[in-house]
Amino acid sequence: MANMIEINGVEKHYGSFRALGPVSTGIAEGEFFSLLGPSGCGKTTLLRLIGGFDEPTLGSISIGGADMSGMPANLRPTNMVFQSYAIFPHLNVSENVAYGLKRQRLGREEERRRVDEALAQVELTGLGPRMGNQLSGGQRQRVALARALVMRPKVLLLDEPLSALDKKLREQMQVELRHLQRQIGITFVLVTHDQYEALAMSDRIAVMFGGEISQTATPKDIYQSPSSRQVADFLGGMNFLTAQEVRTAGGQFSADLPGIGKVAGKLTSAGTTGASPVIGIRPERLRIVWEGESADPVINGKVADRHYFGEVTNLAVEIEGQEKALSVVETNDFGADDIPIGSPVRLTYDRDAFVYMPS
Amino acid sequence: MTGKSIRKGIITAYVALYVAILYFPVLLLPVFSFNDSATPKLPLAGFTLKWFSSLSSNATMHNAAWNSLLVGISAALLSTILGICAARAITRHRFAGKGIASGLIMAPLILPEIIIAISLLVVLLGAGIELSLLTVILGHLLICVPYSVTVLVSGFEGFDPSMEEASRDLGETTWGTLRRVTLPMLAPSIISSLLVTFTISLDEFILAFFLSGTEPTLPVYIWGQLRFAAKLPNVLALGSVMIAASLIMLTVAEIVRRRAEARTAAKT
Amino acid sequence: MSGEVSRRLSAGAVMERTTGKWLRSDAGQGWLTISPPFVYALLLLAGPILVIIANSFWTQDYLTIDRTFTLKNYREALTEPIYRDLLFRSLFVSVAVSIVTVVLAYPVAWFVSFHGGKYKGIWLFIITVPFWSGYLLRILSWKVILGFNGVLNTGLQYLHIISEPLSSLLYNVNAVIITLAHSWAAFAILPLFVSLEKVDRTLLEAAADLGDGPVRRFMRITLPLTMPGIIAALMIVMIPTVGDYVTPKLVGGKDGVMIANAIQAQFGKAANWPLGAALAVSTMIIVGMLSGAMVLLLLGLKRLLR
Repeated sequence: MANMIEINGVEKHYGSFRALGPVSTGIAEGEFFSLLGPSGCGKTTLLRLIGGFDEPTLGSISIGGADMSGMPANLRPTNMVFQSYAIFPHLNVSENVAYGLKRQRLGREEERRRVDEALAQVELTGLGPRMGNQLSGGQRQRVALARALVMRPKVLLLDEPLSALDKKLREQMQVELRHLQRQIGITFVLVTHDQYEALAMSDRIAVMFGGEISQTATPKDIYQSPSSRQVADFLGGMNFLTAQEVRTAGGQFSADLPGIGKVAGKLTSAGTTGASPVIGIRPERLRIVWEGESADPVINGKVADRHYFGEVTNLAVEIEGQEKALSVVETNDFGADDIPIGSPVRLTYDRDAFVYMPS
Repeated sequence: MTGKSIRKGIITAYVALYVAILYFPVLLLPVFSFNDSATPKLPLAGFTLKWFSSLSSNATMHNAAWNSLLVGISAALLSTILGICAARAITRHRFAGKGIASGLIMAPLILPEIIIAISLLVVLLGAGIELSLLTVILGHLLICVPYSVTVLVSGFEGFDPSMEEASRDLGETTWGTLRRVTLPMLAPSIISSLLVTFTISLDEFILAFFLSGTEPTLPVYIWGQLRFAAKLPNVLALGSVMIAASLIMLTVAEIVRRRAEARTAAKT
Repeated sequence: MSGEVSRRLSAGAVMERTTGKWLRSDAGQGWLTISPPFVYALLLLAGPILVIIANSFWTQDYLTIDRTFTLKNYREALTEPIYRDLLFRSLFVSVAVSIVTVVLAYPVAWFVSFHGGKYKGIWLFIITVPFWSGYLLRILSWKVILGFNGVLNTGLQYLHIISEPLSSLLYNVNAVIITLAHSWAAFAILPLFVSLEKVDRTLLEAAADLGDGPVRRFMRITLPLTMPGIIAALMIVMIPTVGDYVTPKLVGGKDGVMIANAIQAQFGKAANWPLGAALAVSTMIIVGMLSGAMVLLLLGLKRLLR
């Protein structure tokens, strides 16, 4: 499938400060693409460049095969859901949704039909006459969505659209947004700093640090095979292990981990070699071996600390030879929340659970 | 506990006294403008409307009032337009030299008016421009713009810049965005700015005195009348009308401003 | 290698595109937007003030201006006893007015900020309204109050508190100070209020927690933290009042004449613009230096309060 958005060597400078780039990536038609990163990583800057609210200092962006250089926001085939929603308080919901249609002079009937359709799409039917400043947070978010979708953009841009909502509503909207995107089939570009949001909604994620994209991959790949310590760290917990003799050959890596033993695994496309490779394992891929259970392989350690999180308990397990205690996430079904601190414990893992990070 | 309430009592009494003294001279003029005596003194002599009725047949005063109206409306409109430009640049853009530019625009707020008046006088006469109501408007514009800027800056700060971006994003042009989003959102601040600057222009004396030539505004007319002790009651009546007009306009400006504030506050 | 080449090419492209894009950039848009009021202020304020400064170095011979550089006007402005006295009196009046205004206004601003509750806005409106209405009329009103047969004298006589009218009320420096202090009261409250609003209330709670009583809390926390507001309020009153000439003319009498009356005379009847200009420039420079000294003094005082 052809790329809907092509980003080519884009940089944004403010005076001598380079806020973004160089960034090059492609976003496919109909794709749900997320820009994920901590605040100040340049993700919003990049989104605003795509939307035409700022001009790149260097490089070019094309949308639907057309170069967008010098094209202002009002002429681009993109529409945006703003972080603050930017609902016009002096207009009612219908007038807000019809705002962009007014310029197209569709005729009263057609305009009405399109507005009603858009309101139905976001499940706000009947809320048309409500004024913009009398809406709840969730309703404002839906109006912003309807107002952008009614323009039938090729690309919908979403700038942290769920960050202002409370946790429960946010999770509900994640599902709805993903559903809506599949239904209408246009490209969505989402900016977020919430890794769970990005993982739950996206076809692909670009993780950004310091104005550059560190890794672009599907949620599963990015979680299981992060290309660097930084990416791994940002997407949930990761145990970074002390390793000796890390070797790569024929699409495989192997390493000797003090206190754990020899491990091996597949190299992913994310990276093959690096100057200072790191081996890691996610906390949930380590499991406690309970008394009377047998397992292979087995690591012997000692519980150094314990934190209770409701359905799971997070244990810090010290292992001889490893500099840092391993973090282990264990469900509470077997009594992980009652293990005394200081007691010996045995751990096991799946053989494919180790991750090779090139940097 | 008692110490605290005594302290609070003292300060409340002080504030009440302060406000009373603040208003005393302002409300004194209306009192004496209804007093049936040629000189303002106590005790009051009796109620009359004759000072007001003699105003209605005073052609020179009417001319001055008309001049003030003309100057006030022009100064209010122009200063609000310039104020919108300045307030927008100050709140929405970052650029080198912003401090200097806004500093110069706001400078008339603390410069002695006589300095502004004589500088303008010398330059205007030097350029061969004859003094008229136009020159008064030019002067009033200088001192009104800082007030417009103050009012409008809070107007711009009161609404989210992404409103304008949303309008652009939905296909509207720069002018369309100004007409359909910016101006409606700013409407309360604009009204407030118009009323406040009109009031300032109406009351302004020093610049008008230097720059008005042969066409007096109301304060300049009043100044001329002060030489005649017999005209004092008429002046007091005129002053009362002007104070009432100012109070009404300022109150309306304040109500409009508060409504708008409540509207933006309801949003979040 | 090719990286270096493309870097250079792109650097050139940056230059070319930045000049073209300046007007669309934030800075370009900013300057474009602010230019109407800025150019206006440049032409009708900055320009004329420069002309006045130039004028102060010239001489006037009847109707023609001699544009040879001279310091004669300044010599006259600073050494002639009349002008020197007027200048000193004006400075005294403006300093006195600003101090009186700020000292009297501070408790009011404090009250509104700390005890205004949800009526802060209304309080501020009530306090500032008299300031907006009728500069000339307010001065006139004080003349009516303080006059020989004025409201105060006739009122006190009516109440038999005095038998003869007091002649010392009007036409002196005190009358000027009272009138000006009343005129500028509201203007001083605004910066004081703003700085009081910025005082983090938890700081006061912390001070109380550490054992300070209300007076010590005020002296050690509130007062030092509102010093910028105090300085702003003093300046905002002092600088404009030094140039007032209506108040001295209406209520000052012979002993209350100020430098602005002399400046006005030079641009009016006496028609000696260069001398008037030199008087105006000297006044501004001296009041500027005085403000600077006052700021330093207050900042020193703030240190002592710790």
